[in-house]
Amino acid sequence: MWSDFFTTSVIVATLASAVRFATPFLLAALGEAVGQRSGVLNLGVEGVMLCGAFTAYYVRLNPSGWGWAGGMATAILAALAVGLCMGLLYAWMTLVMHAEQGISGIGIFLFGLGATDLLFQKQVGVPLPISGLRPIRIPLLGDIPHVGDILFNHNVLVYLAYVLVPVITLMVNRTTFGLNIRAVGETPEAADTLGVNVNLIRLGAILIGNALAALAGAALVMNTNIFQQNLTAGQGFIAVALVYFGAWRPGGVMAGALLFGLVSSTVLQLKTLGIVSGAASALTAMAPALLTIVVLVIVSRRIGQPSALTRPFDRNA
Amino acid sequence: MKRNPIGVLLALIAALALLASACGSDDGADSADEVDSGDTAESTSAESSASAGPLRVGIVAPSASNDLAFTQSIVDAVNAVAGDRELDIAVTDGTFIVEDAAAAIRGYAADGVDLVIAHGSQYGGPLQEIAPDFPDTAFAWGTAVDTFGLPNVAAYTVRADQGGYVNGTLAAQLSESGVLGVVGPIEVGDAKLYVDGFVAGAKAQDPNVTVNVNYIESFSDVALASEAATAHIQNGADVLTGTAQMVVGATGVAGPAGALWFGTQSNQTPLGPDFVVASQVYHWEVVLSEMMAEIDAGTFGGEVYTLTLENGGLVIEFNDGAGADSSVIDGAQATIDGIIDGSITTSDG
Amino acid sequence: MTDVDHLSVDSAKGDPAHRIVRSLAGLTVPIGAVLAALVVGALMLWALDASPIEGYKALFSGAFGGADELADTAIKSMPLLLVGVGICIAFRAGVINIGGEGQIVAGAILSTTVALALPDLPRALLVPLVLIAGAVGGAIWGAIPGALKAYANVNEILSTIMMNIVAAQFLSFLLQDLLIEEGAIRIQQTERLSANSHLPLLPGGTRLHIGVLIAIGVAVLGYLLLFRSAPGVRLRAVGHNPHASRYAGMPVQRSIVQALALSGACAGIAGAVLVFGSESHRLIGEGGAAAFTQNAGFNGIVAALFGGLHPLATVPASFLFGGLLKGGIDLQQAVQVPGALVVALNGIVVVFVVSSLKLQTRIRDWAAALGQARSDQHVE
Repeated sequence: MWSDFFTTSVIVATLASAVRFATPFLLAALGEAVGQRSGVLNLGVEGVMLCGAFTAYYVRLNPSGWGWAGGMATAILAALAVGLCMGLLYAWMTLVMHAEQGISGIGIFLFGLGATDLLFQKQVGVPLPISGLRPIRIPLLGDIPHVGDILFNHNVLVYLAYVLVPVITLMVNRTTFGLNIRAVGETPEAADTLGVNVNLIRLGAILIGNALAALAGAALVMNTNIFQQNLTAGQGFIAVALVYFGAWRPGGVMAGALLFGLVSSTVLQLKTLGIVSGAASALTAMAPALLTIVVLVIVSRRIGQPSALTRPFDRNA
Repeated sequence: MKRNPIGVLLALIAALALLASACGSDDGADSADEVDSGDTAESTSAESSASAGPLRVGIVAPSASNDLAFTQSIVDAVNAVAGDRELDIAVTDGTFIVEDAAAAIRGYAADGVDLVIAHGSQYGGPLQEIAPDFPDTAFAWGTAVDTFGLPNVAAYTVRADQGGYVNGTLAAQLSESGVLGVVGPIEVGDAKLYVDGFVAGAKAQDPNVTVNVNYIESFSDVALASEAATAHIQNGADVLTGTAQMVVGATGVAGPAGALWFGTQSNQTPLGPDFVVASQVYHWEVVLSEMMAEIDAGTFGGEVYTLTLENGGLVIEFNDGAGADSSVIDGAQATIDGIIDGSITTSDG
Repeated sequence: MTDVDHLSVDSAKGDPAHRIVRSLAGLTVPIGAVLAALVVGALMLWALDASPIEGYKALFSGAFGGADELADTAIKSMPLLLVGVGICIAFRAGVINIGGEGQIVAGAILSTTVALALPDLPRALLVPLVLIAGAVGGAIWGAIPGALKAYANVNEILSTIMMNIVAAQFLSFLLQDLLIEEGAIRIQQTERLSANSHLPLLPGGTRLHIGVLIAIGVAVLGYLLLFRSAPGVRLRAVGHNPHASRYAGMPVQRSIVQALALSGACAGIAGAVLVFGSESHRLIGEGGAAAFTQNAGFNGIVAALFGGLHPLATVPASFLFGGLLKGGIDLQQAVQVPGALVVALNGIVVVFVVSSLKLQTRIRDWAAALGQARSDQHVE
């Protein structure tokens, strides 16, 4: 039984599946990490993901007249645009109206859940498959035995998600914008004294976060080629949790997303091969969540959250 | 931290009270507009009875009425019956919360609806408590086989294993790799019946065929269904099937990967016009017509109606667009006939 | 390190002009927010070719239109209130409990197991017992992330979300295996639980059961605990400033565990109430854990925050939110729109109301400044 699992081809397939699984989590969690570094918690990731997913699906479903690539680009850009709009709404709520951030996010989530379901039922109805993104094998790297199959044979959004990890690390640690993000997330008052426009920086971080959440939704659609009500099924909330898992560092977030993806894909593979079945199959479904907790206990990092997280900035306060 | 919560709440109460009174005084406008089903004008009074005017039907179902699966099968069926006789249809869909469904069931009954269809196995619990309060209302519950000994409850169910068996025999013949993949939700209800029937059919056709069954433990996780299908394909499966709402995730990747698909519940050809070979379609209208005839005759209740291949409630619909070997497809009729005449047993039960 | 008491009696202070502007702000702003949300909802209804007037009429009469409707709304709001009180306790102690869903499930599992094991116990014993079992189940499920946070520095947002997933899958497992009702068709539900475990109905001929008294009782207890007891003062001090509390010699770690355990206990009672006060008197998990939790673990957070994180103010907040949820079903039924619309409408109401809360504070502050300018006396 178990020997069926420990064959090269199965293990390679499982690892490649883990990389795919992790992608939407990673994109959404990276965005959330940027937002949280600036001091803004967004529990509405799930809602934004759904809106991005529906938009990408809906645009893709209707022919654009600009060819395959043009249609694909339009779909992804449309998802990004919707993400930015939701970012503006969230910025208005949290930066202008100083709304409680935890509850605001739940409002965004409920709205996204209901609105996409409604639009789907009314505008689409039958969940017709779309022509999503196909894997592209990267020349040379893709030819490395096994490694090529695991890492270098994915669709372009998967590559983008992983490329964003060093990019965002550099942005947060090395650019002025990144330094400002950290400054307004830790000590907004001090940053303000130094002439940093706190809310503008936070707006930028919120927009990045929402755009990436919408992109995560689009990535999900382009991988499954389908939309359905509640497509994300809780992924957005797990993405928020992975930010904490990764201690607000893009590298850590990636580790968390990959761990979650790996456990999910392993469980799936074990079930597919009939190694676990029946009641055990139900029990293994809790493995990804359980292992995430266990690993965090073991590697428990003593890194505190951004000190101004969830605290609105009011110059006159 | 300087908010006065009491003030907020008083304001909220005032706001809602104000709105309630504003709306309350605002009668007229009898608009109950058209909906999905098209002809659902709802009369405001409960004057209608089974004999006078169209039969009033209320459907309560757990997912969206156009889900191309379980909920759509009943909505389509009621609309099909409405082609033969005048019906006044109302639908409450998306009530996956059982207590909300209970409220909706009670609401339809209290509103004078003649036939309330509780379309979900999980609605039996509340139905058992509600039905005795409305002895003049007919309640239909499915998929289920229990009427709780109540005179105004009928149950309806489906031998999903029959179509599963037919699909299984076809899948085993069409597979070149000898590996079949099943994406299931949770091992319960008619999902289990269908999957067990599929496995039995495939094995009966070809004892050497491998059927990998993966219950993903969710009715809704499309992404997981999608990865499960990918895992099946990577393990050599070239013919897949699955049941419940989340299978759209599996069909989304099955076709592009070159695999064939067998559907159930509704006709799933739209999900993959070039790779869905056949679908087992539920035609609840067969049992609904029977139920309504019983209501007309005043003899409704206590019965369990079952969709089978024999009574036409189950139909295997083929899709030529998938380009499957036509001799194999032609052979399916023999299997169907065998199941109908009892020479083939599709399950232990 | 004094705490701001949300039930402050300071509205009695200041001059009349101050008070009037204050209460006007208190009234108009949330009214405006709810109205604005309903206007957006009306536009959506109109876009769906449904009559907004008919729809809202059905919503309000379905929620508040009569004794039965009020009772149903109260039933709908019980789990929100119970979870909400737990949220108040946790948030006041500085921990964010997003694990209400999991704690509801844990409470339901444990209390159901007790009812299945001891079906013949007299009702006067069994009902309190299942409620206590619910509280214990929820408390355990809350204490785990509490201990992880206190002793292993695991962030509770992460752990409570993960614990929700674990609980939901564990429930699904139990309802496929150990607790599933024997029958011809496998349905993910328990058998009908012993009549001795059903929550007794209150007089009045409605479906209202004693759960409502329990929920309000828990709210009062929560208030007494937080604001009228020494442990409550400690919890709030820890929530207000954990570092200072540690230096002051307070057991910060233990307080965190206690807060999440108490918070979980409240949600666990909600789990028991949802099972034993349900129409079906069963634990039903077919179609996902939300089939019986009704997402109260999340909606309860909204209710608590609307209630300003005060247990007593959460009572009417839950009732109104419950009314929206209950009326939503009637709206859907009356004008035949997909249930998704009601979910979206809930989201819009939350967005508008939460955005307006600060506006209210600002108007009040402005009024305070006005009052201060008038008479140079007391500042809040």
